[in-house]
Amino acid sequence: MSGPPRSPEVDPAAPATSPPPLLVVDGLTVSFRTEQGVVHAVEDASFTVARGEVVAVVGESGSGKSVTGLTLMGLTRSPNATIGGSALLSGRELIGASEATLRAVRGAEIAMIFQDPMSSLNPVLRVGEQIVEQIRAHDDVTHAAALDRAVELMERVGIPRARDRSRAFPHEFSGGMRQRVMIAMALSCSPSLLIADEPTTALDVTIQAQIMEELGVLRRETGAGILLVTHDLGVVADIADRIIVMYAGQIIEQGTLDELFYDPQHPYTWGLLGSITRVDRVRTARLPAIPGQPPSLLNAPAGCHFRPRCPHAFAACTQPPALEARLPDSTEHRDRCFLEPSDKRRIRTVDGAIGLATGETVIS
Amino acid sequence: MARFAIRRIGSALLVMFATSVLTFLIFQAIPSGDPAFRLAGKYSTPAQVESIRKEWGFDKPIYVQYVKTMGKIFDGSVISYTQQLNVDQTVIHDLPATLSVTIGGAVIWLLVSVLFGVLSAIRAGRYLDRVLTVLAFVGLSMPAFFLGDIALYYFGYKAKIFPLGDYVPLTQNPGAWFSHLLLPWITLAVLYIGIYSRILRSSLLDTLGEDYVRTARAKGISERRVLVRHALRNSMIPLISLWGLDFASLLGGGTILIEEVFNINGVGKYVGDSIGRLDVPPILVVTVFAAFAVVALSAIVDILYAALDPRIRLSS
Repeated sequence: MSGPPRSPEVDPAAPATSPPPLLVVDGLTVSFRTEQGVVHAVEDASFTVARGEVVAVVGESGSGKSVTGLTLMGLTRSPNATIGGSALLSGRELIGASEATLRAVRGAEIAMIFQDPMSSLNPVLRVGEQIVEQIRAHDDVTHAAALDRAVELMERVGIPRARDRSRAFPHEFSGGMRQRVMIAMALSCSPSLLIADEPTTALDVTIQAQIMEELGVLRRETGAGILLVTHDLGVVADIADRIIVMYAGQIIEQGTLDELFYDPQHPYTWGLLGSITRVDRVRTARLPAIPGQPPSLLNAPAGCHFRPRCPHAFAACTQPPALEARLPDSTEHRDRCFLEPSDKRRIRTVDGAIGLATGETVIS
Repeated sequence: MARFAIRRIGSALLVMFATSVLTFLIFQAIPSGDPAFRLAGKYSTPAQVESIRKEWGFDKPIYVQYVKTMGKIFDGSVISYTQQLNVDQTVIHDLPATLSVTIGGAVIWLLVSVLFGVLSAIRAGRYLDRVLTVLAFVGLSMPAFFLGDIALYYFGYKAKIFPLGDYVPLTQNPGAWFSHLLLPWITLAVLYIGIYSRILRSSLLDTLGEDYVRTARAKGISERRVLVRHALRNSMIPLISLWGLDFASLLGGGTILIEEVFNINGVGKYVGDSIGRLDVPPILVVTVFAAFAVVALSAIVDILYAALDPRIRLSS
């Protein structure tokens, strides 16, 4: 799944005067009260997704990327959750919207594809019925009509003999086929935003490629915006227009695919890029990994959250860095790192490629 | 599905055979002393004992004894020598009473358990859940002979709302059948509601955390539909199989306490009275029937189960 990124596609649906983006998230903050204390799952996340655009959210496990996706759907609501900020979908506020409003949005305007297709389909219902259920939740159509549409969708996402297969149970499908069913389900009400939460993590590499290609085709055909949550930068290189890198609940860098791959500004992003296997490079040593563990979201380190793992940390890093444009030539490329851009360009080169230097943290 | 059913019935037949051998050994072969004398009872004459020995084949090798014993049980020729009554006919006569007690009780306890279990699960950790938890433990630690007597005393003897025990056949007077059985049903159900509602609560809580429930929520269907169609249906599976087994064991004399307390002439009371008389033939017959009923019903439940959960059809 790796390879040099190609330039992002120009959105054919976007007219010259750009309309407001499909999704505008501003200052989204999600925390959960637990017995151990308050978990700050997402801190002050702001980003946009335009129609027909694929925005990848990348980060390690527990960086808050899935919670971000689920919160947009209203699926993290619970008595223990505190959700702040704003998320406008086509101008409509999702955070704090009534449950009835959200129910109308879920599945119809925002659809979600989950990580594990093995467990994300109800084992005792035929897959056709599961798609039909979603269609009929939003459109007033007969069961037969909904089933026809379900079969059509299954064909469209590449499930052979869809009419027969719609009567099969999830355990009668392979993992890749199940994920196709999930995608067919997600598409059933022509959503304007598709949230794909690690859609390929549980799949074989060859199947991963097929599923990602499927998502790319969908974006072109339906014009839906896609929020692609993943921990694998290699996966997004082929499809994403823009990338958001999350670390310990914060967006630490965001920009276009080219900006992130060729001019990354945050040391954590360097580490992520350095740990991708590259088939086009000679492998000289062990694949580098970012040393240490992501911090607990119960009490993230003060200042820059990446500081304890960063070999380039210095005195300023004990203060919280803001997410802002730090390069003179781009307003959209933002990051949370105090280092001078000129210094960054120098120290991020490790063994001739971008990576995170090894070494002790200066400030602990 | 048909193949699964055939396989399951085949294995049930095997288990039935094994159970019958085991029961035979426990009753006839293992205890010391004369099996013919044990069957005849303490008021028997030597001549009676001799004729029983011939009839049941106790003077023959052990496999002949087994075949004869089972033959007698299933051709309906076992006689309670103490009472001079045919055992199979008595069991068949008493079965409707036991069925009435069991079916009514089982329906009540299943419905109430589902209600309490669901309420408990969706309010987990909150006030209602705690109240139901306490009630469940009170219920399952309430012996039938205590609860039944209390119920009879207050609702029958003091308040005179319900009759003081006895059984009226459904065919004779449906109204009286119902009023006579309501207290036994509730008494029987209380114990099982305690157990079943707890099982459903935990099973439902597990299911609500499943990925496919999250998928269902993400579809934008109502929370009630998520609960009933996606969560409850999956979490009912263990409950249904348990229900089949409990139902069968109650039919085979498990209602003994209820029937004694409410003076219902059912299979349970028949066994209980036979034990009191040291009258072995009825105990032997009911034991075999009860074991067979448990095996048969668990096979039926498994087959229903496979209809409910398609994954079962492939495995085992």
